[in-house]
Amino acid sequence: MARIEIDGELHTVQDGNNLLSTCLSLGLDLPYFCWHPALGSAGACRQCAILQYRDADDQQGHLVMACMTPVQDGMRIALTAQQARQFRRDNIELLMTNHPHYCPVCEEGGECHLQDMTLLTGHTMRRFRGQKRTHDNQYLGPFINHEMNRCIACYRCVRFYNDYAGSDDLQVFGIHNNVYFGRFEDGALQSEFSGNLVEVCPTGVFTDKTFSAHYARKWDLQTAPSVCVHCSLGCNVAPGERYGELRRIVNRYHGEVNGYLLCDRGRFGYDFVNSPKRIRKLHIAGQASCSVTMATDKFHTMLQAADGVIGIASPRASLEANFALRALVGEDNFFLGLDDSEHTLLNAIHEVMRDGGIHSPSLQEIEQADAILILGEDVTHSAPRMALSLRQAARNAAFALASKLHIQPWQDAAVRELRKQAPTPVFIASICSTRLDDIATNTWHGGPEDLARLGFAIAHNLNDAAPLPAALNEDQQALAANIARALRQAQRPLIVSGTSCSSLAVIQAAYNIARALPESAPQLAFTLPECNSLGMAIMGGKPLQQAFAAMNQGLADSVVILENDIYRRASTQQVDAFLETARHVVVIDSLQNNTTEKAALLLATATFAESEGTLVNNEGRAQRYFPVYPVTDPVRASWQWLLSVMTDSPWAHHDDLTSACAGAFPELATIVAAAPGADYTVEGCKIPRQPQRYSGRTAMHANIAVSEPGQPSDQETPFTFSMEGTTAKVPPAVLPVIWAPGWDSNQAINKFQEETGGSLRAGDPGIRLFEASGTQSWFNDIPPAFQAQPGVWKVIMLPHIFGSEELSLQSPAIAERCPAVCALLHPLDAETLAISDCDTVAIRDPSGTLIMNMPIRIEKTLPPGLLGLATGRPELQPLQSGMLVCLHKSDPLATDVSEERS
Amino acid sequence: MSQNIRPDRDFTTLKDYRRTGGYQGIRKALTELRPKQVQQLVKDAGLRGRGGAGFSTGLKWSLVPMEDDSAADIRQTRYFLANADEMEPGAFKDRLLLEQDPHQLIEGIIIGAYAIQANIAYIFMRGEYRLAAKRVAHALQEARDHSYLGEHILDTDFNLEIYLHTSAGRYICGEETALLNALQGRRSIPRAKPPFAVVSGLWGRPTVANNVETLCNVPHILHYGVDWYHSLGLGADQGTKLFGVSGRVKHPGLWELPMGTPIREIIEEHAGGMQDGYRLRGFLPGGASTDFLLPEHLDVLMDYDAVAKAGSRMGTGTIIVLDDQTCPVQMVLNLEEFFAQESCGWCTPCRDGLPWTVTLLKDIVAGRGRMEDLYTLAGLTRMLGPGHTFCALAPGAMEPLQSALKFFREDFERYIIGNSATREPA
Amino acid sequence: MNLTTDKSTFAGLTAQEIQQIEAIIDHYEDNNAVAVEALNIVQKQRHWISDQCLCAVAELLQISRTHLESVATFDNLIYRQPVGNTVIHYCNSVTCWMLGSDRVCEHLCQRLNVQPGEVSADGEFTILPIVCLGACHHAPVALVGDDLKLALTEDSIDEILGVKHRG
Ligand SMILES: Cc1cc2nc3c(=O)[nH]c(=O)nc-3n(C[C@H](O)[C@H](O)[C@H](O)COP(=O)(O)O)c2cc1C
Ligand code: SF4
Ligand code: FES
Repeated sequence: MARIEIDGELHTVQDGNNLLSTCLSLGLDLPYFCWHPALGSAGACRQCAILQYRDADDQQGHLVMACMTPVQDGMRIALTAQQARQFRRDNIELLMTNHPHYCPVCEEGGECHLQDMTLLTGHTMRRFRGQKRTHDNQYLGPFINHEMNRCIACYRCVRFYNDYAGSDDLQVFGIHNNVYFGRFEDGALQSEFSGNLVEVCPTGVFTDKTFSAHYARKWDLQTAPSVCVHCSLGCNVAPGERYGELRRIVNRYHGEVNGYLLCDRGRFGYDFVNSPKRIRKLHIAGQASCSVTMATDKFHTMLQAADGVIGIASPRASLEANFALRALVGEDNFFLGLDDSEHTLLNAIHEVMRDGGIHSPSLQEIEQADAILILGEDVTHSAPRMALSLRQAARNAAFALASKLHIQPWQDAAVRELRKQAPTPVFIASICSTRLDDIATNTWHGGPEDLARLGFAIAHNLNDAAPLPAALNEDQQALAANIARALRQAQRPLIVSGTSCSSLAVIQAAYNIARALPESAPQLAFTLPECNSLGMAIMGGKPLQQAFAAMNQGLADSVVILENDIYRRASTQQVDAFLETARHVVVIDSLQNNTTEKAALLLATATFAESEGTLVNNEGRAQRYFPVYPVTDPVRASWQWLLSVMTDSPWAHHDDLTSACAGAFPELATIVAAAPGADYTVEGCKIPRQPQRYSGRTAMHANIAVSEPGQPSDQETPFTFSMEGTTAKVPPAVLPVIWAPGWDSNQAINKFQEETGGSLRAGDPGIRLFEASGTQSWFNDIPPAFQAQPGVWKVIMLPHIFGSEELSLQSPAIAERCPAVCALLHPLDAETLAISDCDTVAIRDPSGTLIMNMPIRIEKTLPPGLLGLATGRPELQPLQSGMLVCLHKSDPLATDVSEERS
Repeated sequence: MSQNIRPDRDFTTLKDYRRTGGYQGIRKALTELRPKQVQQLVKDAGLRGRGGAGFSTGLKWSLVPMEDDSAADIRQTRYFLANADEMEPGAFKDRLLLEQDPHQLIEGIIIGAYAIQANIAYIFMRGEYRLAAKRVAHALQEARDHSYLGEHILDTDFNLEIYLHTSAGRYICGEETALLNALQGRRSIPRAKPPFAVVSGLWGRPTVANNVETLCNVPHILHYGVDWYHSLGLGADQGTKLFGVSGRVKHPGLWELPMGTPIREIIEEHAGGMQDGYRLRGFLPGGASTDFLLPEHLDVLMDYDAVAKAGSRMGTGTIIVLDDQTCPVQMVLNLEEFFAQESCGWCTPCRDGLPWTVTLLKDIVAGRGRMEDLYTLAGLTRMLGPGHTFCALAPGAMEPLQSALKFFREDFERYIIGNSATREPA
Repeated sequence: MNLTTDKSTFAGLTAQEIQQIEAIIDHYEDNNAVAVEALNIVQKQRHWISDQCLCAVAELLQISRTHLESVATFDNLIYRQPVGNTVIHYCNSVTCWMLGSDRVCEHLCQRLNVQPGEVSADGEFTILPIVCLGACHHAPVALVGDDLKLALTEDSIDEILGVKHRG
C-alpha cells in the first residue's frame, strides 16, 4: 500500500499499479483511450495526462502520462490542475481533427468512449480548418462493420487482436497520420474473439454488424443481466431488446469469469431468438390452432391418461425448469436426455469435482496458472473464452521475469518482449492441432486412448502410486516425464480436460495427474458441452437409453421432452422407435427441430432472453439469468408450462421453484443466493430494465393501438419493464446496464468495480457450489493404445466454435462462419485410399451400408486411423464418436452427403 | 577520427587503417583491460553520445547488467548496436565516416561489444546509404578475414560477429528504441522507457546502441588514452567532433574540430562565411530538430552545455544556415512537413499535431493565415513539447518552430497581414 | 537455416533470392527480423513488391503476411506499387529545399513527362522525394538508383537522364 496525494487529498492505494488505473479505481474521472484494463498501458494516446509534483514544495509540477507512471509512496499529483486539463482538452482537439462530427448518425453515438471523453475534457470548439483525411472501409465478415474514418489511432484494436487474442489477420498499415487498421485484404476476421473489437474500440470503427441490421440506441434498449447459453463457461452477458426483438449481446463484466471479453459465439449467437424457426405458436397434432387453455387442457388430459410419463430433461434449460419436470414426472421417470457416453462423462466429472479434493478454477484463476497441461481439448472450440484465459496464462513466466527486471506488469509491450526468453510451460496433448498451439511449449497428438495413456503416465511420473500404462514407447515416456517435471515445479499448475474426446479414460487420467501433484494446489478445469451440463449432472437422472428401454418395456407410455432435440442424443432409429411407441409426446421447446416435429403437443417456450433461471457453469458456479423482455403470448417459460399442469403443486413462482430445488439437492442448497429474489427492491422500487432516457414508451406501439399500454408486470424477478427506479446501487447479479454519469459506454464499468479489472463491488455474481474436498482413489482403468486397423476408421467428433452448438447455429451470422462440412484424415490414410484434399469419400458402416458421402480435408496432425468430423452438425447426425466406419473413394458425382442414407 | 578521410582517396582499407594505428585500440582493450575497465575508461574520457542526446557513453555501457544474479541463466545474451540511420535533415557526418573509414567504426563496435560482453552486434544502416553499405560490408569481410571478428578475437576468449542490417528507412528508425523494433522486423515505433534498452532491448535482452560517430571516437580513446582525449576539447566537453555547415555559405562541408570550437569559427573560417550577396539571418546549430540561433550567438562555443545555454542544442553538430533571402516561415514549413511525414503515428500529439502545424503554416504562407493561428502554433509547440509525446521526435520538431515564432515573428505576421515581402527561395 | 527443400521454385521467388534470404536468417533470433532485408533482396531485381511477392516472402519466412505488409507500408523504401527501373529520389529536406530541390523535381518531371510517383513512359524512371540524404554540403542532391548525385543542376540532371537512357 502507498499513500499518495491527489488534488490535495490523501489516498491509500495499491502499490505497483499505474496512476491511471489507480485514479479510476478511486472513482476519479480521468480520460484515456489506449490504456485498457485487460491490455495494460501503451502510452500512445497521451490522453491521461496529469501533473506530478517533485515534492511538497513544488508548485509547478510537470505533465506525465498517468498510465505510464507507477504509484510511489508519498507522491503528489493533480488531475484537476489547469495545465493538465488544458493538455487533455488540446489532445482531444487533435484527435478530433480527423474524426467525423456526425455523432447523431453514428452507431456508436450514445455509448461512445470518445464522445464521453470529449465531453469530459470540455473540448467544444473546433479550430482546425483543414480537410479531414478519409479512408475506404473493408468487408470484415458477418460480425463486424468497418468504418475507418472514425479511427483515432489508439492502437487498441491491434493490441487486442494480435497481442491479446493471438490472431494475426488484423494489423495497422501505413504511417504518420495515415494509419489504417484493417486486414491485408477484404475477408472475414479469423479470430474467434473478433467481436470484442466492438467494445475494445473506443469509438465506432468496429461495430456489431448483426446489431446494425436491427439497430437501436443503447438508451433505447431494454436490458437485464443474463448468462451466455452457448457453452459451459457461463460468461455474463447483457442482451438488449427493442420492439420485442433481441438486438444484440454485449459483455457484462464479471471479475471471476469473463472479465471484459466474450467469444464470438457468445456475442453473435443470440439471433436464434429471432429466428424464423422460432416456435411462436402452440400446436396440437392434427389441429389447426391451439390456445393456451387448449394446450394446458390437452397437456393435462394427456398426463391423466398416461400410464407412466417419462420426463426428458435438458442441459440447455435452467435448473428450475428441469426441477419442475422432475417434480412432474417423479424421480424414477426423470431422464437426463444426454447421449450415453456424455452422460457417463458428466457423471464422472461431477464426482471428481465433488469428491476429488481438487480445486476447480474460475477463468480468472486459470489466467494465473504457471504451468498448464491441456489434455484432449481444443479449448478454443469447446470452451472458447477459456482459450483466451489460457493465452494470458502463457504470459506468466514473462511476468515473473519482468518483475525480476523491475519492469512493471502493465508495461505491456515490455513484458511481451520477454515472452520468448521466459516461456510458460504449456503442454497441449490433443487429437490434432489446436488454435492454442502457438502458445504451447510442446504439442502432442493422439487418439483418445493415447491421450489418456499419456495422462496416466504423467500421473505415474508424479506419484509412483498412480498406475503406469503398459507398453509406452520411449517418446511418450520422455514426454510424460518432461510434463510431470514442469507441473511439479510450478506453483499454480493447471490441468484442463473435458468431454470433447468422449473418453472417460481421458477424464480419469486428468484427475490422476491433479491428484498426483504434491502440495502445489493443483487446479483441474473441465470443459463441458452445454450451459447447464453440470447442473444436470448434479441434479442427476437416468440415462436416455433407459428411457428408451422403459418405453419399450411398457413401463411408461408417454413422454414430456423439455428443450431437448433428442435426435442429437441417440441414433435416428432409436429415437424414431421411442417416439413412435409413445402414446403421448409433449415437447416444450423454442426452436423447431427434429424432435419438435414429432410432438403431439408442442409448447412454445421462452428463450434465455425472455425467461429466468439458474445455470451451473463448468466451474460449478450457479448463476441466475433474467428475462430481458416479456414473453409474447402464447409463449411461456418452460417452468410455467410445467407448473401449469401440476394441480397440487405448492409452487406458484419461480423463486418457489428455486428454493424447492435448493431444498431437494444438498449440493444445490445455496443457489437461492445466486441473485436476489423477486421481492428485492431498491428504495422501495423494483429495478428498471429501461434506461431513464428510454424513448417512445408511450408511443412505440401506436401502430397497434393509440392508447398507451400498461407496462407488463413482472412477478418473478426484481425487475420492472420500465424506467422507473434506480440502478445505481443494485448488487452486481441484478445490475442491468453499465452506466454512470458521464460514462455512457460500457467502460463505465470501472465505476462498479472494487478496482479496475478487479471484482465487482459487493462481489462477483454467482455462487460456487463446490469447494475442493475429499479425495478419490486412483483411477486404474488404463485403455490399451489405439491400433489403427486396416480398412477401418474410428470416428472422432471434434467441436467447432461455429456450428457445434445447437442454438447459435440458428443465428445467420454464426451460420455464415460455420465451416463447410468435411472429414479430416491423416495424409497416410488419404494415400491408402488414393484420395487427395477435397475429394469425396463414401463412409460406410462395417457391414458395407453407405452412411454418407463426405468431402475430405487432409490434416497431418490427426492420428492415422481416425476420421475427424465436426460435432453437432445436423448433417452428421448419423455418425458418433467411437463408431467404426469403412471409407472408399467415392464416385465424383456422388456429392450429396445425405444420399442413400439408410 | 577523420585522419583517414581524404578527398583524394577512395576509402580506407584494412591495410591503410592499420598503418595509421588502426586496431590498436582493441588490442589494448581485449588483451589488457577487463570489460568494466573499458567502460570506466570511456566514462573517464568524457565521451558523450554524438547521436544528438549527448548521454555519457561510458555511463550507458556501465548500466548494462553484467553478472546478473537472479536471472543469470537467461540474461546471457547481450547485443551491441551501431546506429547508422542518420536521417536528420542537415546531418551528414555519419555517412562520411561509414563510407570513408569503416574499419574505425568496426573497431569502435568491437571495443563497445567487449565492454558489455556482447557477442553479436548489428550495424543498423539506412537503406539509402548504398555506398556506405557496400564499403562497410567489404570492411566487415576484411575484418573477419583478419580475425578481428569471429571466434577468439586476438586469441582471447572474446567472440563477436557484426552483421550489417540495411533498413528500408524512416527517420524514426534512428530513435534508439524504435531502432530495436525496426531491427526485429516490426514497425519502427519507439518503445516505452523504462525499461531502457540497456536492461531490455533487442528481443528483450540487454542492448547498447551508439551513434556511428560516437563509436568512431572509441578506438582513439583506447589507443591514445584519456588524457590525450581530454587535451582535445576546448570547452567543457572532451574530444573532437565532426562539425558541418550547409546552406548558403561559401564552402559548405564537414570538419573534425575540437569540441567547443566557436560557432563563428566554424561558419566564418571553415565554411568560408556567407556566399556573396547573402547575409546570415540565423542557423540551426545541430540539425533540423534544434532551435534557431541568431547571428548574435556566433560566439557561442559548440559544446553541449554552451549551446544549450544559448537556447538550442548541439544535436548532431551540423549547422544549417538560414540566409536573409530564404523565408524562415517557408523553411519551418519544410521542416515541419518532414516531421509530420516521419511521425511514426503512435502518439496523438505528434501524429495529429504535426499535420495541423503543417496545415497552419501552409495557410499562412498561402495568405490564408489568421493572427490567432500564431497563437495556435505557439500552443502546439507547447503541446508537443518534451515529455508530452511518446518520444523525442515531436519535441525536436517543435524546436525550430518555437524559436522561429520568437525570432522571426514579423515574417509570420507579414504573411498574415498580407504582404509577403520575402523572396521565394531562389 | 534451410527453409525449403525445393529451392528453385518457392511461391515464385527465384533460387537466388531464396539463397540470399536464407544466408541472413542466422543473423537474427527470429525470422521476423529478416523481413525488411528479405523485401530489399526481392525488390532489387523486381524493382517493386507485388502482393504476390509479399506473400511469397512471408510464406518463405513463415511469418504473417499481414504483419509483413504492416512493416512494408511503414517503411519508405519498400515500393508496393510499380516503379521504373531506376528510382530517382530527390532530396526535399531543408538544405536541398533551400538550394532548389523544387526546381530539381520540376525539371525531372518535365523531362520525363511524369508526376512524382509515376513511371516514365519508357518504364525507365520514377521520381520520388526522399528525406535528407546526408549530403547537405552538396545540395541539392538525389539518389539515382544506387548512386548519390551531388550539386544537381539542370545540366547535370539532363546528363543523368541521358546517360541512363543511353546505357
Ligand atoms: C526521432 C529521432 C531520430 C534519431 N535518429 C538518430 C539517428 O539517425 N542516428 C543516431 O545515431 N541517433 C539518432 N537518434 C538518437 C538515438 O535515439 C540515440 O540517442 C542514439 O543513437 C544514441 O547514441 P549515442 O549515445 O551514441 O548518441 C534519434 C533520436 C530521435 C528521437
Ligand atoms: S512523438 Fe509519438 S508519433 Fe511522433 S514519432 Fe515519437 S512516438 Fe511516434
Ligand atoms: S491512456 Fe495513457 S497514454 Fe493512452
